[in-house]
Amino acid sequence: MAHHRSGSRQSADALARGLGWFSIALGAVELFGGRSVARWLGMERHERLIRAYGVREIVTGVGILASKDPTPWIWGRIGGDALDLATLGKELNESDADRDRVGIAMGAVAGVTVLDVMCANALTGQSMQERARRWDYSDRSGLPRPADQMRGAASDFQTPRDMRIPDALRPYKQPQLQGRPQPSM
Amino acid sequence: MKALRWYGKGDIRCESVPDPEIEDSRDAIIKVTSCAICGSDLHLYDHFMPGMKKGDIMGHESMGEVVEVGSAAKSSLKVGDRVVIPFTIICGECDQCKRGNFSVCERTNRNGELAATAFGHPTAGLFGYTHLTGGYPGGQAEYLRVPYADKTHIKVPNGIPDEQLLFLSDIFPTGWQAAVQCDIEPTDTVAIWGAGPVGQMAIRSALLLGAKQVIAIDRLPERLSMAEAGGAITINFQEESVIERLNELTGGKGPEKCIDAVGLEAHVSMTHPDTILDRAKQAVMLETDRPHVLREMMYVCRPAGVLSVAGVYGGLLDKIPFGAVMNKGLTIRTGQTHVNRWTDDLLRRIEEGQIDPSFVITHTVGLDDGPEMYRTFRDKKDGCIKVVLKP
Repeated sequence: MAHHRSGSRQSADALARGLGWFSIALGAVELFGGRSVARWLGMERHERLIRAYGVREIVTGVGILASKDPTPWIWGRIGGDALDLATLGKELNESDADRDRVGIAMGAVAGVTVLDVMCANALTGQSMQERARRWDYSDRSGLPRPADQMRGAASDFQTPRDMRIPDALRPYKQPQLQGRPQPSM
Repeated sequence: MKALRWYGKGDIRCESVPDPEIEDSRDAIIKVTSCAICGSDLHLYDHFMPGMKKGDIMGHESMGEVVEVGSAAKSSLKVGDRVVIPFTIICGECDQCKRGNFSVCERTNRNGELAATAFGHPTAGLFGYTHLTGGYPGGQAEYLRVPYADKTHIKVPNGIPDEQLLFLSDIFPTGWQAAVQCDIEPTDTVAIWGAGPVGQMAIRSALLLGAKQVIAIDRLPERLSMAEAGGAITINFQEESVIERLNELTGGKGPEKCIDAVGLEAHVSMTHPDTILDRAKQAVMLETDRPHVLREMMYVCRPAGVLSVAGVYGGLLDKIPFGAVMNKGLTIRTGQTHVNRWTDDLLRRIEEGQIDPSFVITHTVGLDDGPEMYRTFRDKKDGCIKVVLKP
């Protein structure tokens, strides 16, 4: 049976696809233009790291586009964003880095991170709603009568001595003292 | 015969193995009619529990018909008897068995020294659950050798389907003991972390034992809907703060009784950073278990309350807020289930119709489909909560 997806799920899927293509494009730039990117940022000594991040972006992008459920891949992108921000943030303290350009790059990554988080939340929420519609076990009580009517049905059970809680931990009950007025509680 | 065998992380295979034989006069052989995959089997599947060897037969929830009996077991079993096999192997004669502490039977773990190295003292032998607990072949197979069979069985009557009786082997008594350990008062709120099979049984046990309010905590809608059916108020921990909501439901005082039905593989989530740290530590072997639920229970439990731990833990846990336990005077009760201590009573409740544990079954398949169902159950796909296998 065809499974029809809701409008909000379709928008979340579309955003995920967009992020997938973005990931591949950015990855290609980092992988094949690693030297130029590194030079632009003043991070020449990190050229290999930038290329490695490019591979990561391409793998994540392909994962998003190729999988039935892109949710874990989008969460993976968020992890990658955190790694990018940490790497760039460290460069802000380095004398040979172009701090203005590193700042611009960090702003761009932060912007994409916001989109990633929005997308991941939307996908997670939607998939949970779909699950709830698909597998509703609200008729599986295992009890012969409504749950409220079964409360205490096993009250004939005696807790074994070794599993009783200490008396001092039982609910407090006002002692009944004969002939004395009881304080109101 | 066919059996499900463990070969490593995420690698369970259905293969042909030699049929089991009587090895000791107290043994019996049963033809397995139904068996189940337990949540704790996933700890083996994910290879978080040490002590498995390639080719080990999985499974500790089984029932069937007795087909062969050793000479010393004939006083209590005969060919044709219908039996559920408890996951704990018991001798019935040692000091611990005499006290009803069957899960710490002193005799049945044939690798007791190994267990003592890990835990200080040996615990009972278990079916299909690592060589730390005896390395006994499990019951996800066509036939099962039952050691100490004169004691290690629960006789069940004909006329009741397997599906209603099978869970006497583990999850029903486990959920029941989790609730019993709380010594529930009619004024109690019982909070239960994890709405998997054991959590579902604990919910119904707490309700039947008279808890004023039962609260179930999970994230999967299908599990939460089943928990609601059993009378629980539900908290989705990915949508709301567990601690805030529990305090809200208890007038700011916290639940008197808390049950952990999750164990060592707490869900790793961006909303709970400690779980990410635990997962990272697990990956580099700095920690064996992910104890998020224990931390949350210790923090939110009402002072002088009780923590009942049914979820399986295997080793070393970090960042446990024991200051909260000590200063709030909490009582912790835990342990593998003393199955036979509860099963006469629980069988009576099933026979009387007080509860039908088959409500929890979502998938029934043949043994050949077992490896695939391990994956489905582990990944929580296809609405899977409990898998029954029919060899």
